[in-house]
Amino acid sequence: MIESRNICKSFGDHLVLDNISVKFDQGKTNLIIGQSGSGKTVLMKCLVGLLEVDSGQVFFNDRNFSEMNFKERKLIRHEMGMLFQGGALFDYLTVEENVMFPLNMFTSKSLEEKKERVNFCLNRVNLINVENLMPSELSGGMKKRVSIARAIAMNPKYLFCDEPNSGLDPKTSILIDNLISEITKEYNITTVINTHDMNSVIEIGDNIVFLYNGKLWWQGTNKEILYTNNEEINSFVYATELMRKLKSENI
Amino acid sequence: MLQILRNIGAYILLMRRVFTKPEKKEVFRKQIITEIDFLGLDSLGIVAVLSVFMGSVLAIQTAYNIDSPWIPKYTIGFTTRQSIILEFSPTIISLILAGKVGSRIASEIGTMRVTEQIDALEIMGINSANYLILPKIIAAVFINPILIVISIFLGLLGGWLVSILGNDITTETYLYGIQYCFKGFEIFYALVKTAVFAFIITSVSGYTGYYTKGGALEVGWASTKGVVYSSILIILFNLILTQLLLG
Ligand SMILES: Nc1ncnc2c1ncn2[C@@H]1O[C@H](COP(=O)(O)OP(=O)(O)OP(=O)(O)O)[C@@H](O)[C@H]1O
Ligand SMILES: [Mg+2]
Repeated sequence: MIESRNICKSFGDHLVLDNISVKFDQGKTNLIIGQSGSGKTVLMKCLVGLLEVDSGQVFFNDRNFSEMNFKERKLIRHEMGMLFQGGALFDYLTVEENVMFPLNMFTSKSLEEKKERVNFCLNRVNLINVENLMPSELSGGMKKRVSIARAIAMNPKYLFCDEPNSGLDPKTSILIDNLISEITKEYNITTVINTHDMNSVIEIGDNIVFLYNGKLWWQGTNKEILYTNNEEINSFVYATELMRKLKSENI
Repeated sequence: MLQILRNIGAYILLMRRVFTKPEKKEVFRKQIITEIDFLGLDSLGIVAVLSVFMGSVLAIQTAYNIDSPWIPKYTIGFTTRQSIILEFSPTIISLILAGKVGSRIASEIGTMRVTEQIDALEIMGINSANYLILPKIIAAVFINPILIVISIFLGLLGGWLVSILGNDITTETYLYGIQYCFKGFEIFYALVKTAVFAFIITSVSGYTGYYTKGGALEVGWASTKGVVYSSILIILFNLILTQLLLG
C-alpha cells in the first residue's frame, strides 16, 4: 500500500498539489486522472521521491519514505519499478541490456540466470526476438513494453506508470493497459497509473483519483465514475462526443 | 554575480554526490574502460595532428626570431621544447579537448536528463551523479596526461622535422637544444596542469549536462555552456597553478 498524507508542492508561487491525502491499495490498478497540467506527473514524482514535497509525507507499507535518507530510500527504490512517459530506455544499450541493467547493478546472479530472467520478462510483455535491437530501432509501443519489462525485472512491489499509452493507437493502448493490469493482479503489485485516456479509466480503473485545481477532487471506481453527479468529473469524462452518446444511450 | 555563486554552490553539491562509493565495482571498472576509449583514444588523432603542426610552427618561428650570430642555433630546440612542455601541450591541447570532450559529455548527460533516463536511474536506487560522472572524471584524469606526453613527443618531432627540412640546424644541434637545461620538474608541472584541466573539463561539462532543463534546444545550450565554462576555468587555473608551481 502507498499512502500520501497532506502533501503539498508548489513551484515558485504556483501551487500544484494542494494537501493531497490518498491511499493506493495492493493488487489494484490505481489511476490518477485529470486534465493536462493538473499535476498528475508532479504527484507521481512526489510519491517516488524524484521531487521533494514541500510538506506532508509519503508512506510505503507504513514506512515513512519522506523522512528517509538516500541509503534508506534505496532499499525501497529496489522495490519500485517505473514506466516513464517517453520510455526512458538507456539509448546506448540494447533491449536485452536495458532489461538486464537493474539485475547487473543489484544482483549477483550468473549471466545465464540473468538472461533467463530477461527472457521471461520480455516474453511476459509479448516481445520476442528483439533482444539485440537498440531502443532507436523500436516502435513507440515496443519501447513501452521493453520499459515495462525493465520495470518488472526486479519483481517490484510498487509499479508506477506515467501515461503508459500516450502516443499509442487505441488497440495498442488497450494491450498495454491490459498487460499492466494483468501483471498487477498476477504479482499482487501496488500499481499507480497516470492517464487521461477514458478507455483505460473504464477498462482497468480499480481505484480512480481525479485531480482538479491541485486538489483531490473525487475518488471512486470505474463503475462509480460513470454515474457520479460531480460536475467537474462529468465535464472531464464526457468531454468527447462519443462518451456523451454512450451516456445518453445507457441511461 | 548571485547567479555565479548559485552555480558554484550547486556544482559543489553535485560533486559531493559524484564522489561517493560506486554501486558495483565490476560495472564501474567496465565504465572506466569505456570512457578511456571514448574520451582518450578517440582524441588521439586530433591531438597527434595538432601537436606535430604546432611543434613545426614553434620551431620555424624561433628560427625566424634568432637570425643573429650571437644566439646559438640550439636555441631553436630549446625554445620549442620549453613552449611545448610548459604551455602548448598541457594548456592548448586541454582547451581543444574541452571543446571536443566537454561538449560530448554535456550533451550525452543532458540528453539523458531530458529523456528521463536520469530519473530512471534514480528510481532504481542508483546515485545517477556518481554513476554518470565519476567514471568520466577518473578516465580523463588518467588518460589526458598520457595524451599530453604523446603530444609533447610529437610536438618535438614536428619541430625537428621542419628544422632539418628547412636546413636551419642539424639533428645533433636540435637534440642538444631539446636536452639543454632540462628540468624534470617541468614535466611534472605539465602533468599536474593537465590532470587538473581534465578534472575541470569532465566535472564542469558533467554539471551543465546534469542540470539541463527542457528539451533538445536546452541540450545544445548545456553543451555550449559546458565548453565555455570549462575553457574559462582552464585559463584561470592555468594562471593559478603556474603562479603556485613556477612563480
Ligand atoms: N519542474 C517544474 N518547474 C516548474 N513548474 C512545473 C514543473 N513541473 C511541473 N510544473 C507545473 O506543474 C503543473 C502540473 O504539471 P504536470 O506535469 O504534473 O501535469 P500533468 O497533469 O502531468 O499534465 P500532462 O497530462 O500534460 O502530462 C503544470 O502547470 C506545470 O507547469
Ligand atoms: Mg504528465
